[in-house]
Amino acid sequence: MWKWLHPYAKAERAYQLCNTLLPYFAVVSVLCIVVGWVWGLAYAPADYQQKDSYRIIFIHVPSAILSMGAYSSMAIAAIIALVWQLRNAELAVIAIAPVGAAMTAIALITGSAWGKPMWGAWWVWDARLTSELILLFLYLGVLSLFHAFEDKKAGGKAACILAIVGVVNLPIIHFSVEWWNTLHQGATITKFDTSAIDPTMLWPLLINILGFAALVGALSLIRLKNEIVQVEKHRPWVRQLVSRG
Amino acid sequence: MQFESLSDFIAMGGYGFYVWLSYGSCAGIILGLLFSSLYENKKLKQEVKSQMAREERIKKAKELEAQV
Repeated sequence: MWKWLHPYAKAERAYQLCNTLLPYFAVVSVLCIVVGWVWGLAYAPADYQQKDSYRIIFIHVPSAILSMGAYSSMAIAAIIALVWQLRNAELAVIAIAPVGAAMTAIALITGSAWGKPMWGAWWVWDARLTSELILLFLYLGVLSLFHAFEDKKAGGKAACILAIVGVVNLPIIHFSVEWWNTLHQGATITKFDTSAIDPTMLWPLLINILGFAALVGALSLIRLKNEIVQVEKHRPWVRQLVSRG
Repeated sequence: MQFESLSDFIAMGGYGFYVWLSYGSCAGIILGLLFSSLYENKKLKQEVKSQMAREERIKKAKELEAQV
């Protein structure tokens, strides 16, 4: 496996790999999100209790899942960066962090826009909401730690360590609705035995989740390409790439 | 289709403000991140190009100096 993986440790190969993967992620995300939004907004039936306000679920749940998914992948990249000293993995950490932060912000904003009509408050200091807010601060902390050091190597290391330590927050977010009394409703689709959601609502939700996942991938790839060019900008291959147009 | 008319669709059964606030801010954040990333890419390539042009100019000036 190492023999197969090794070439991707080189920046140029990693850049090419990003270019190869990007179109697939982009197409899947645009298709799924367009279909998912139209289906969710116009064709899915209204909820018997929450009426049309529940349609926020089609972006709230995907962004919340992906805010944690992006964090897991960022933490895995951070482990690889620290253990095998691969600079590309470190760049991946920095590429994923803003995308994950965006997902977390979307989850928080849509959550409050949903909470206002249903709970009567934009924000409550509840376990689920607070731990998700901490996730946002973790993302921002990783980013600012990376940029706070004059020495890029030290900054990268510090950012990776924070990313790994922050993983403890993920199970807290996931189980917060079980461990504490909370306003937030329990898990809907991750209970594998009996899904608590009707198929006519489940399908557009799953399509949106897939679309958001592909979106996180596509945005991370675009940002990773930028990061690679940034650190390699004096290398001949970047110059060739730029002069080719 | 769950809605009778376009105005019905926009009203979202009285929850229009909250639903469209969510979808709007979601689209805004995603597009903002996308365009800033693409802009960054363009700026980086511009930077490399101008550095190359600068080195070219320095090289030419040195050659000229050697000739004089």
